[in-house]
Amino acid sequence: MSDVTLNAATANPEAAPRTAPVVSTGPVAWLRANLFSSWINTAVSLVLAYLLIRWTIGFIDWAFINAIWTVPVQGNIPQTQACRELEGAGACWAVIGEKHRFILFGTYPYEEHWRPLLVCALFIALYVVSAMRRFWSWVLIPIWIGTLTVIGVLMWGGILGLSYVPQERWGGLPITLILSTFGLAFAFPLAVLVALGRRSKLPAIKMLCVLYVELVRGVPLISLLFMASVMFPLFLPEGMNIDKLLRAQVAITLFAGAYLAEVVRAGLQTLPRGQYEAADALGLSYWYKTGFIILPQALRLVIPPLVNTFIGFFKDTSLVLIIGIFDLLTAGKTAIVEPAWQGFGIEVYVFVGAIYLVFCFAMSKYSQDLERDLNQHRSR
Amino acid sequence: MSSSTADPRLAKAGPPRRPIRLSWSDERLRGIVWQVLVVGVVAAILYWLWSNTVHNLEVRRIATGFGFLGREAGLPIGESLISYEPTDTYRRALTVGVLNTLKVAIVGVVLATILGTLVGIARLSKNWLLSKVAGLYVEIIRDLPLLLQLLFWYTILQSLPGPRQALNPVDGVFLSNRGLLLPFIEWMPAHWWALLALVAGFVGTLLFAKAMRARQYADGQPRKVWPAGITLMVGLPLLVWTTLGAPFTPDIPALRGFNFQGGITMTPEYFALLLGLVTYTAGFIAEIVRAGIQAVSLGQWEAAQALGMRRGDILKRIVLPQALRVIIPPMTSQYLNLTKNSSLAVAIGYQDIVSIANTTLNQTGQAIEGIAIIMLVYLTISLSISFFMNWYNSRIALVER
Repeated sequence: MSDVTLNAATANPEAAPRTAPVVSTGPVAWLRANLFSSWINTAVSLVLAYLLIRWTIGFIDWAFINAIWTVPVQGNIPQTQACRELEGAGACWAVIGEKHRFILFGTYPYEEHWRPLLVCALFIALYVVSAMRRFWSWVLIPIWIGTLTVIGVLMWGGILGLSYVPQERWGGLPITLILSTFGLAFAFPLAVLVALGRRSKLPAIKMLCVLYVELVRGVPLISLLFMASVMFPLFLPEGMNIDKLLRAQVAITLFAGAYLAEVVRAGLQTLPRGQYEAADALGLSYWYKTGFIILPQALRLVIPPLVNTFIGFFKDTSLVLIIGIFDLLTAGKTAIVEPAWQGFGIEVYVFVGAIYLVFCFAMSKYSQDLERDLNQHRSR
Repeated sequence: MSSSTADPRLAKAGPPRRPIRLSWSDERLRGIVWQVLVVGVVAAILYWLWSNTVHNLEVRRIATGFGFLGREAGLPIGESLISYEPTDTYRRALTVGVLNTLKVAIVGVVLATILGTLVGIARLSKNWLLSKVAGLYVEIIRDLPLLLQLLFWYTILQSLPGPRQALNPVDGVFLSNRGLLLPFIEWMPAHWWALLALVAGFVGTLLFAKAMRARQYADGQPRKVWPAGITLMVGLPLLVWTTLGAPFTPDIPALRGFNFQGGITMTPEYFALLLGLVTYTAGFIAEIVRAGIQAVSLGQWEAAQALGMRRGDILKRIVLPQALRVIIPPMTSQYLNLTKNSSLAVAIGYQDIVSIANTTLNQTGQAIEGIAIIMLVYLTISLSISFFMNWYNSRIALVER
């Protein structure tokens, strides 16, 4: 670039007429700068464009053009012959049309499906309210307690004219939302306590917290879930029994607690020492100092990584499939056990995946926006 | 903040130690009371659980202890790195499980690092299409549960045609519902020696490079390392291989009857697990690599360019050493995650340690021992990885005053 200007300055005015300068604005220039700046870039762009177009066409063929949306049902047995004759050339969305209620709500009584549906809506409303910054205060605690109570009443029933539904019949999306929401609601206070304990000056408390965090983080979640499903009954006195969902819930809570504790501890460490010393200088007691000075600032610092950890746990609740709890993924996997629908796993997994994707994508977009907002004072 | 700048007269004194007063306003007394209280509560809970367990085990007549390890396992294992028969002991079966876990974890870590680094660099590419495609990949792969991805890949692999209609993209490579078959060579002792020579050559090159660097520090003249490196790492193994008679018999998989023979086989379970783990972890590693490279300020690039360094040299000598400091700690936790996530193998039927220990505890009823073994194995692997990565991290860490 610099050569051009140098030459222009020293060029003889009577030299051959120069060509017009290269366009540096507009779509053509954008293409040149971003896709075809060198021969290697051109090659990469062309190969990628070719592959993308081919795959997109293939996907549209599979998902829409060749797809079968409904199949005839003869005497309660769906006739999936047409789907099988496609031999993978097209999707068989009929399996979703037939089974979506089962995948979403499991074996919950069919005519009561409005209850889990309402529960899911309540959960989503709860997330949206918690995400709004104007509600970030003590108001959130009664909102959470109230909503979770209503959710419990709706799922169990037995009062207010709702019929009683035992926990064994719950399933699908509500289970995934219950496991992740209750898990985080209990894991978060635990994590704050453990993080404070790990930074404590009292050696015995510090040891306990370090032991808990490192032990839990060193083993996979599956081993904790196995522990909850196989070993936990041995821990309890005879005759006392806790149902399987609650045991898995305890395992997930303990697991999430250890990871969240590390995130919170990072926040406590990043907070400048001066804040601790200033609080000490004011003569505040430990709990006043922690509750009014340290935690509000430290937690604010780690909100983006906290949300990322939440996304991780939302996905990790799907592991309860391995101990046979009926969450969204288990319901999807069970839906294709029926002989008529065997072999249509891809369609079901795409459907279940889309649900997970919507939730996780919303959270991750929110986390990115939040990170930008909270760091506004730092960017120039 | 550092103690050396403080007044030396104050360095040793510290606050005078008073005897502990029996009052709630004494900080030390409060500390002791709190610790006794917390430890007491935790110990009481643990004792309660322990006594319940002992009682329950007595009632159910379950004998504790690891005596069952010597008994005959009787469980079939599909793939194994060491010879194994169902008549072998549980100890051997569990060893096979540990080896299978290590097999998928080690290969997975290497492949995920390569793929993740490529995708991370692609996200920063000036090519708009490339960076968008890489961004889309990262976003989608990170927003889907790993278990779902594993089941998805496994379903796809199972719906592939049978051996007779196997996909044959390149000569000698077959992809069917029996797994992926790759051509290989018939392994002879000469190959072991050649492999050994390669390792020796690698070590030799490292020593040579170190010596050359020492001499460059002495007289300032840069010296070429690569000619010696190629001689040592390519020439030496070739020499060993030819002196031992240069044996080379290609072992190409071929369809005989209803199945393939020859070559090396990657079972659908292993292939699906590896594919899922690598693509999933690569999404996270890509983000780490991108953040690491972006953490190096633009001024470093510009300063290096001003010194007249070439782009490759800038990346290698200026940017990467600084980026690695940001990259290594989160990368360690991704490696640990991959290893722990390999336990999801149990969902698609790959027989890793969790799967075999689970079968063992179902067969013998030794729940506590089975889970203890799983946890012990993972704790050992996790601690070894973090020990190694901490060592590497301390080696490349910035030495500050």
